[in-house]
Amino acid sequence: MWEYTDKVKDLFLHPKNAGEVENPDAVGEVGSIVCGDALKLTLKIDKETNRITDAKFKTFGCASAIASSTAMTELIKGKTLDEALNITNQDIADFLGGLPREKMHCSVMGYEALEAAVANYRGEKPCEVDEGEIVCLCFGVTDQKIRRVIRENNLHTVEDITNYTKAGGGCGGCISDIEDILKEVWSEKVTEEAVKPKRKLTNIQKIALIQETIEREIRPLLQADNGDIELIDVDGNRVIISLRGTCTGCLMADVTVKNIEKKLKELVNEEIIVEVE
Amino acid sequence: MNVVYLDNNATTRVADEVREAMLPYLDELYGNPSSMHTFGGQVHRKIEVAREQVATLINAEPEEIIFTSCGSESDNTALMSSILSSPGKRHIITTRVEHPAVLNFCKTMARQGYRVTFLPVDKGGRLDLAELRAAITDDTAVVSIMYANNESGVIFPVQDIADIVKSKDVTFHTDAVQAAGKIPLDVKKLSCDMMSISGHKMHAAKGVAALFIRRGTRFSPYIIGGHQENGRRAGTENVASIAGFGMAADLAKKHLQDEGEMVKTLRDRLEQGLLNTCPDPRVNGDRENRLPNTTNISFEYVEGEAILLRLNEFNICASSGSACTSGSLEPSHVLRSMGVPFTAIHGSVRFSLSRYTTEEEIDFVIEKMPPVIKELRELSPYGANPACH
Repeated sequence: MWEYTDKVKDLFLHPKNAGEVENPDAVGEVGSIVCGDALKLTLKIDKETNRITDAKFKTFGCASAIASSTAMTELIKGKTLDEALNITNQDIADFLGGLPREKMHCSVMGYEALEAAVANYRGEKPCEVDEGEIVCLCFGVTDQKIRRVIRENNLHTVEDITNYTKAGGGCGGCISDIEDILKEVWSEKVTEEAVKPKRKLTNIQKIALIQETIEREIRPLLQADNGDIELIDVDGNRVIISLRGTCTGCLMADVTVKNIEKKLKELVNEEIIVEVE
Repeated sequence: MNVVYLDNNATTRVADEVREAMLPYLDELYGNPSSMHTFGGQVHRKIEVAREQVATLINAEPEEIIFTSCGSESDNTALMSSILSSPGKRHIITTRVEHPAVLNFCKTMARQGYRVTFLPVDKGGRLDLAELRAAITDDTAVVSIMYANNESGVIFPVQDIADIVKSKDVTFHTDAVQAAGKIPLDVKKLSCDMMSISGHKMHAAKGVAALFIRRGTRFSPYIIGGHQENGRRAGTENVASIAGFGMAADLAKKHLQDEGEMVKTLRDRLEQGLLNTCPDPRVNGDRENRLPNTTNISFEYVEGEAILLRLNEFNICASSGSACTSGSLEPSHVLRSMGVPFTAIHGSVRFSLSRYTTEEEIDFVIEKMPPVIKELRELSPYGANPACH
């Protein structure tokens, strides 16, 4: 069953900006018929101001791909190229009132078509696919693209990455590679955070940092084993959590809690004590 | 607006007669068929009547039928029983185009160390029987090959397959879920050991199916517990659905011939109508050996989910083998096995009719479909420009 917003349905049934602009100044093509979706974006650009004066699309794909194309063209019209490039796939999804998670790759395709068109206009490798190494052979997804989508959309699971890029959704042969990339990206992110000089945190900042650390460092590890964690309360340096999923009643739960405490001591402050609700 | 329901290979509407047959068991006749009292006993008798009705549909003996909860359970039961009944044998033969209930069961067994041969099909969705013959070894525990394909409607030469498998003395199971109620089935002629059929594909309610187990076949139950179904399938019976299934089998048997022809006439009218009016269509699968109610047509350069959602606006129900409708990102394994090009798989639509389909409905679809395809092709970067082929 389709769980599309009314906006998606409306823009699928009544697309705006469909077609091709005449004598386009820029053309961006992404996707392929083999993958099941493809988008050709044509732009008219004012050379003086670098402003997009017209944008049209042709899309092969499902309802959300077609609606995302309308959303993207509506969002970029009238913007300068730099302004347009600041749009993210999330903006496209927001314009549509949200997309089902497994359809997020449609919004990513919209953004990529724009990038390709701008590159084409600027004379940088027209219609080139992402740089980097191909990770997912079924859908031709590179590690660069996976890394970017992880960072931009704060993704933590392989399933999310499949929803956003399709990578791993074919034969599944690259799933362990995607897991490695996930680990890499998040350990880089945490190291970036960790090298920051430790300073005295306000209560609000401390809670935020605890939450962030749980989100980035701890939850993905637990979720990988079908467990989960919820932050219940922070009282001074006492952090009260609740374990969920397979963590509940797990014989190793004590060890898990100790490890969580260690991580929070390392990244938040030395005084942290973790208690289970 | 009325629903134009052309997705009968997914499920069917419950026949009025079936609903009537079910109602008493949802109402005053709620006894447990296993009970000793008369109140429960009368319910037990109804199950035995239904067993006879279902047996008659495929020309089996009543004691050769056990009721299960769904086609998947019947398939799983048949395969697991065959494996458990052939200790030491660690090879399974099936095809690449089976229903997931068989395909994924076999993949699970492959992870357990079993060797599985997935026989390929040709462009028409047909098997190479020489390949089947060559695949059977002394180590083969079971061969499971479907009677008719749910997506393409292609009917396999099950009689020839059964003869080959039985000549090597190997257990043969056929998943006849899509065939039952649509074409005549006769287990007296067909030498299969087991056959799965399902109620809701033939106008019974969901939640009931059957497994034919030929007398003398070694059997090991899948659901273990009480003595129901003669100890071959534990669990309190889904009485109302079973009663309805019996009635549905009765109706199917009675009307098989005339309905089959009527449905086939309408299917052909739909297929020809769409082939005449839509650009670049292709029929997927062997048109000669096909279920009378099924057509699988690809419309190149447009995507199936988009077609379905447009049709949905007219309350027309169909299904597609496109990746976007599969629940995963992979398009139909059946169409891929048949070597249908990706351009055509993504734009495939399956229409499946039933005895309730009318000529008006078919003509309505023939009228609505061409503009849907035309508009989506205009949106597509591939459609307008033949140079892109």
